[in-house]
Amino acid sequence: MSDVVEKTLSALPSLLSLDSNAGAGKLSSTSKLGNLIRGITELTSKHDEEKLIKKELAAIKEQVASPNTTMRQMKEIMVRAIYCEMLGYQASVSYIHAIKLAQQGSVLEKRLGYLAVSLFLNESDEFLLLLVNTVLKDLQSTNLNEVCMALTAVSQMFPKDMIPAILPIVEEKLTHPKEVIRRKAVLALYKFYLIAPNQVQHIHSKFRKALCDKDPGVMTASLHIYLQLVKESPESYKDLTVSFVTILRQVVGGKLPMDFNYHSVPAPWLQIQLLRILAYLGKEDQGTSEMMYDVLEESLRRAEMNHNITYAILYECVKSIYTVYPKAELLEKAAKCIGNFVLSPKINLKYLGLKALTYVVAQDPNLALPHQMTIIECLDHSDIIIKRATLELLFRITNAQNVTVIVEKMLEFLRQSSNDYSTVDLVGKVAELAEKYSPDNGWFVQTMNSVFSLGGDRMQPDIPNNFLRLLAEGFDSVEEDRQLRLFAVDSYVLLLQGETASLPQCFLQVISWVLGEYAHLRPDQASDPGKVMRLLTRLLDQRHASAQTRRWILSALTKLCSSPVSIALARDVGERYFGSLDTVLRQRAHELMILSQDAGLRGRVLSAEGRLEHVEVDSSLSFLDGHVSEALAAGAAPYKPPHQRQEELAHEKALSLEPYGLSLPVSLSTCSITDRLTDRQSPTRLSISSSVSGNSTELSLKGGSTTLKLDGVKRVWGKEGYLVQQPKEVVEETPLPPTELPSPLGSFQSPVSQTQTASPGPEPDQERQQLASSLFVGVGTHHSVCLMGRTEAAPQRFRRKPKGTGSSSGTSEHSSNSSHSSSGTAAGNTLDSTTAATGQQISQHALGHPPVNGNPIVETPGPLPPVRDGGVAAEIPTGHTDSGTLADPNEDPVPVRPRDLPLISHLPAELSGLARSKLTTLCPGPDPGLALSSCRVYKEDALVLVVFVSNNSDSTLHRVALRFTSKQLEVSCVSGDLVEEVKGHSVATCQYAVVMMRASVDVELAGLVSYQRVPGQPRATPFSLRLSLKHFIRPLTVSTGEYGKMWLSFSHDVKQNLRLITAGDQSPLTATLDTLRDRLHLHVVDIIGSEGIVACRLLRGQPCLLHCRVHADSLAVWLRSPIPEFPDSLLYHCQKALAEA
Amino acid sequence: MQFMLLFSRQGKLRLQKWYVPQADKEKKKITRELVQTVLARKPKMCSFLEWRDLKVVYKRYASLYFCCAIEDQDNELITLEIIHRYVELLDKYFGSVCELDIIFNFEKAYFILDEFLLGGEAQETSKKNVLKAIEQADLLQESETTFASSCVKLIL
Repeated sequence: MSDVVEKTLSALPSLLSLDSNAGAGKLSSTSKLGNLIRGITELTSKHDEEKLIKKELAAIKEQVASPNTTMRQMKEIMVRAIYCEMLGYQASVSYIHAIKLAQQGSVLEKRLGYLAVSLFLNESDEFLLLLVNTVLKDLQSTNLNEVCMALTAVSQMFPKDMIPAILPIVEEKLTHPKEVIRRKAVLALYKFYLIAPNQVQHIHSKFRKALCDKDPGVMTASLHIYLQLVKESPESYKDLTVSFVTILRQVVGGKLPMDFNYHSVPAPWLQIQLLRILAYLGKEDQGTSEMMYDVLEESLRRAEMNHNITYAILYECVKSIYTVYPKAELLEKAAKCIGNFVLSPKINLKYLGLKALTYVVAQDPNLALPHQMTIIECLDHSDIIIKRATLELLFRITNAQNVTVIVEKMLEFLRQSSNDYSTVDLVGKVAELAEKYSPDNGWFVQTMNSVFSLGGDRMQPDIPNNFLRLLAEGFDSVEEDRQLRLFAVDSYVLLLQGETASLPQCFLQVISWVLGEYAHLRPDQASDPGKVMRLLTRLLDQRHASAQTRRWILSALTKLCSSPVSIALARDVGERYFGSLDTVLRQRAHELMILSQDAGLRGRVLSAEGRLEHVEVDSSLSFLDGHVSEALAAGAAPYKPPHQRQEELAHEKALSLEPYGLSLPVSLSTCSITDRLTDRQSPTRLSISSSVSGNSTELSLKGGSTTLKLDGVKRVWGKEGYLVQQPKEVVEETPLPPTELPSPLGSFQSPVSQTQTASPGPEPDQERQQLASSLFVGVGTHHSVCLMGRTEAAPQRFRRKPKGTGSSSGTSEHSSNSSHSSSGTAAGNTLDSTTAATGQQISQHALGHPPVNGNPIVETPGPLPPVRDGGVAAEIPTGHTDSGTLADPNEDPVPVRPRDLPLISHLPAELSGLARSKLTTLCPGPDPGLALSSCRVYKEDALVLVVFVSNNSDSTLHRVALRFTSKQLEVSCVSGDLVEEVKGHSVATCQYAVVMMRASVDVELAGLVSYQRVPGQPRATPFSLRLSLKHFIRPLTVSTGEYGKMWLSFSHDVKQNLRLITAGDQSPLTATLDTLRDRLHLHVVDIIGSEGIVACRLLRGQPCLLHCRVHADSLAVWLRSPIPEFPDSLLYHCQKALAEA
Repeated sequence: MQFMLLFSRQGKLRLQKWYVPQADKEKKKITRELVQTVLARKPKMCSFLEWRDLKVVYKRYASLYFCCAIEDQDNELITLEIIHRYVELLDKYFGSVCELDIIFNFEKAYFILDEFLLGGEAQETSKKNVLKAIEQADLLQESETTFASSCVKLIL
């Protein structure tokens, strides 16, 4: 730390010595606050303090209520109230008076009123609405102080939906003659931008003006906005790079007034802000980066004084240099700079040095080498934070050779640490390293044991899941697998023989599963079959095992009961848990009992060979199809998913227990209680009235109750029984490139002879040197210089075996999957060389399907809907586009895949720029020479269906015509209704505009293609495709006001709870609405607090409005539309979109 | 910046400013946890903490701890200097500040903080300007008091 700071530090204690006269002297002795504070200091117990504050709060309550209290006294009361709040006691009675004080007090009282408001209230507080008028008045005041106060208050918290009310006035302040006002106005706008970006979109040009303000303070303030803007979309602000570079150059060159110097460094805050902006702008952009190299270098050079603040700039500068497009010379200087940090004796700088290293080793592991000794010192540092940072750094440089040492260090740390947050994080990292670089089985199992026992039940659930999957799926060699499993079993047996009380539940569960599954590998299993069984039984009876764990143990026991000894044991256990109160336990106990009594059943279920066979689980329960369709035919109610049942159950009761929120006056006046009670979707909140037209509820009842029930289930069950579902998933995955397949083992050649890395610096003791050589072995040396990105060169020991080749694992679905994806790529490769080639083979390969007639991937678990003549094959491609997110409209524009190329190149030029779906094969037909494919193009005003007729034979096709029939869709031909001739090996395209007449979830569009191979002999082939409502939805751009009007005028409404999506730092509401917007083409009109309004329309049809509100952890959605069936169908798609997200 | 806390060596909160809305319960929990963690640290240890998903920067001046929580991207060192600048401002305003000044005049400390940091961002980094703004507001106070007292005299 610099001398200046040191001096301040040393001077302060004497100044701050608790000299009672110093501060208290300034306060009048009679002051009530003074008395209060003194009273509290004299107290000794927390209990007394509580009593005193209670008394004080009572006094405050009485005083604020008294009409005789003047504003001046009120101010004094407020100060006391703030004090009480700070001590952790609620002084909520004073909130409203704080607002009053801000409203009515003189300037000074106002100031305190605003302060109290900003300390008492959150921005979501409804009290704040009462402040809006005051703010509005003060903003327009002629008194500068009042304007300042109002702006200060606004920049701290302001109700989001009230921003439009004051926005024009705040904007106006941007041109105020006083710079302090301009500055505060800029910061207020920054705040608005943060809480409601779309509200200030129109004034981006004014931000530019602020950036060019003659006052450096205003300009600095505007950089906060720019940092945010540039972070969100660097592309849009590339043109400002030159300006930022110029400003930074001027600042670094000392062109600013001396006022802005901080410890003789020119405007450090400004510099850091600019460096951060430049980093975002230059990231992955060579051109832009080149503009800033000079100024970055200058910043590095200028910041040479030995003071904290220069280090702050240096640190930021290094970060920027490593973020922007790399330049070798600069990187070298930055690396040297990091060295200064790491080697600094000051602990803060050392910490940041480690941080910076962690950041840069990803790009060049060599950088860590010169600092080996320091890193090792830090590893044993007494400060846990430094230790933790060091481990983080080591984590980044781990490789197959140093993994044991590093993991050991991490585990050592974990044993000492008590912080949950870092434990969970670090445990995950250890597990990752162990899986990635493990040198041998024994080590791996031991390390994972430590992970499980240290991580406890707080760790990420995917750690045990991954571990078990790894054991189950195995690797390349059978022998290896056996050894690993045996190792695990042995070590667990050993563990169970000892004390188990300290083991976390999730570890016990892992142990039970592994023992149940692989105990038979033990050589002594044959001689003493009851051993493992006894150990598990002992565990079962221990008190610390949770019910969940007991279930795992019972399952394990079930798997183990094969020999006479274990059967006896099993029977014993079964009898004991036969009457357990836990239903799952009881069920398992029953199973165990039956199994132990029935030798035949045992033989079938627990055969030794059976272990290796993968059990096909029919998750769709298709064997029940017959029964279900019979029941349906006999008039049974269709299946409803649990959430829907619950929902309806809740509605039947009709009495909502949730409190009613704010309501518009209109809703109260027109809503009768009976309406509420009969309404099946009993609203939890009257925010906007549902019944302006009297009969609306009745109508929605009729329209909703029948359709909705069917909608929820239509996907899986139909009148005909089970609808084809499984093939969809299979096909959906096939076109994907096989990214999940691990890279081949041979990709990494690690030189083994790198144990001797030079260690500079003073002679360290032997032990440390040894540690260094073991820690840094293999680091960096072989990646000579890799500036861009980290080379992923890891010998993944535990590579997952490519699925599908396995016998013990990998469902048939998976295996078909991988074989298809490989055939898909193979086809893709061929395509690259022969793009010009035409013909059916290519187009079919290109789509990732084998010739459709003999489609092997079709598993039809139930009776097929008899509607389609095209049969199975026609169904698959449609399902493939409809069910997958890949084909979703929001994914547009779909990147042109090479495999799509041949047909897509025939897409009419006017449509090529538009969003479109992937190609689907339509018609197998009896004629191999004819192939139909279709593609949906989403136009703003229409859904265009483009059908490609490919003639794959040598002969010419004549009079090719397509006919569509559908009750719900209106199909009009745009072009190519009748093609006179399609030459051999060429493609004709036909375009149709499709409109959905009546909103429904899915619509079958049946078509017939007629053509003549030999003139005069017409032939025809039927085909069909499925279109879904979401293809016909377009965003409806309305303002909040218009929305409100429309809402009141629509009569059909439906209400439902949907699940919320959580994503990153977004609020769940925003994330959910964004997902819906992206997937369904909705328009998010506005988001206010925990409510959001969304609008959309049906193509050439009516609108539908959604009103969403976060309620506990679900989203209460209320849909309204002029047509009855639209909300129901849309709701179905919303549910689906959220389920897929 | 997410929030700023000032607390004494005994763990008593002296000032709290939250820039990101938090529920009262959460505020109390955060304060309690953080005060405990910071007080447990030894003087030679570094001034930064990784705490939950935030970075915490703290510094002790005499009997007071100043503690700021910042986001992942923020610069720790400059935050340390923000704290220092705030202390300088307090020192200048109160004339060699001490804990008691802040206890008894905490509203003033808040006013200064509001002039210096606004919405969690450094608003004005020029010391002169911050103090000017505060003085202006205070001047008003004095003129008002004198005006009031003269009024009282007149009435009497």
